[in-house]
Amino acid sequence: MSRSPVEDWTTDFDHTDPRWTADPYTLWSELRRTCPIAHTDRFQDGVWLPTRYADVRAIAYDTETFSSRRVVIRDRKIEPPHPAPPITSDPPDHKRLRLPLLPPFSLRSVAKLEPFTRAACEELVNALADGETCDGAQQYAQHVPVRVMCHLLGVPASDGERFRHWITEALQEGIHDMPRALRALQAINAYFREKVEACPGGTDDLIGYLLAVEPEGRKLDRDDIVAILRLLMIAGIDTTWSAIGSCLWHLATHVDDRRTLAAAFRDGDTRAVDTAIEELLRAYAPVAMAREVVRDTELGGCPMKAGSMVLLSFPAANRDPEVFPDPDVVRLDRAENPHVAFGLGIHRCLGSNLARMELRTALDVWLARIPEFELVPGEPVTWSEGTVRGPRRLPLRLLGGG
Amino acid sequence: MLSVARQGARMPDEARIEVVEDRCQGHSRCVAIAPDLFDCDELGNVVLLGDGRVSPEALERARLAVLNCPERALVLREGGGA
Ligand code: HEM
Ligand code: SF4
Repeated sequence: MSRSPVEDWTTDFDHTDPRWTADPYTLWSELRRTCPIAHTDRFQDGVWLPTRYADVRAIAYDTETFSSRRVVIRDRKIEPPHPAPPITSDPPDHKRLRLPLLPPFSLRSVAKLEPFTRAACEELVNALADGETCDGAQQYAQHVPVRVMCHLLGVPASDGERFRHWITEALQEGIHDMPRALRALQAINAYFREKVEACPGGTDDLIGYLLAVEPEGRKLDRDDIVAILRLLMIAGIDTTWSAIGSCLWHLATHVDDRRTLAAAFRDGDTRAVDTAIEELLRAYAPVAMAREVVRDTELGGCPMKAGSMVLLSFPAANRDPEVFPDPDVVRLDRAENPHVAFGLGIHRCLGSNLARMELRTALDVWLARIPEFELVPGEPVTWSEGTVRGPRRLPLRLLGGG
Repeated sequence: MLSVARQGARMPDEARIEVVEDRCQGHSRCVAIAPDLFDCDELGNVVLLGDGRVSPEALERARLAVLNCPERALVLREGGGA
């Protein structure tokens, strides 16, 4: 992409710059020290970037000033904004479409999906374990959430390829290429509209549930259902794929952590497993979001005009040394860890229970079958660009034994 | 010392856990850390198991739950050692 390289990250940051993609953590820690709320005019009508936990928190809680009507930062705003409730909703409307979505993603509902998830992971890992090398992102991580989401939505797993294609167009290429983003969003809408129209009702998948549920004594309307399905697909796949991939990358590059986690799984030490997974989620939180400033305000001495945007980086907040001592060190036994990988406040990730279950299961199954692995020397790992971060190519050498 | 002595017969320095209701957003970190003290309902809201009293054996887990709740929705009142 022919964009000029960033010279000054405090006044001209670019979250699609190759340096950011390669290592955002060093940039954030530098910014936190020199300019904790950075700015850029490269996108939309100006974007602010807070890197401190306290500021991210304040913004996430102040939904009257910082609206969710736009949650993706692009070169130019899409007009009018494409609603994807509940993620693009503000109070008081937000509750209306969030509440009916909560039960299918509760801890108990998600626990019922674990056997399916485990079987899917086992099938994937069995196909890889006897080889010498594999791509942990392409051949494992990305398939796990696709299988689970297809199962949940009640659509064929073979459609997963199309999902991944649309998501990349909407969220990655679509940052700079508006028509492409719009085309992808419309294609996803058309796909789900057809599924909804074709659903006979009474099915026990999520489409059947959304057609049947009556939150305020009234069925949801079809446009809302289609928008919700589109959101679930986008929010449920890329994110979880990135989280699983980042964890595999960490384990491939940190022998001690790999062995510690494998032992915790083997011993059935759920406390140690959970603590380790929360630490990996903190350190490699894959998802940043955006907010639109809807009334003039000031934060940390920065005058924020209505119409400008905020890049709400939960991953940067998770590396704030004010809250997490030695934030750039992964400590699998970090006991005090109020990380915000799944956001804060009313938009808390609807899929957090599901994502945690997928991540735990995917790592458990992988480590049981492939306890020893490392990066393939000389073959590059590539990372996604933009607001969802995870490895897109992760060449691994499987060392056998265990 | 706060209102911990409310329970008449109880020791005044007994620890109690409280939920600041409208802060809980259902991250369910507390349930993972201390399933003997917390549960979540189907809308994700935390539910206290029992009456909020925290036994000495559960105290460490209660402290951890408080420290890990990203919404700061849990408050632990530890008695001031009478
Ligand atoms: C590791 C994986 C995941 C991460 C890190 C993640 C992260 C996030 C974050 C940070 C938010 C807050 C957005 C905001 O404040 O604007 C969010 C919201 C959301 N996530 Fe996730 N997510 C993950 C997986 C999932 C999955 C598996 C699903 C669903 C199947 C999902 C569905 C949603 C939905 C629907 C929302 C919007 C909730 C609302 O606005 O009320 N996510 N996610
Ligand atoms: S950890 Fe906090 S936000 Fe999460 S369920 Fe428990 S009390 Fe609620």
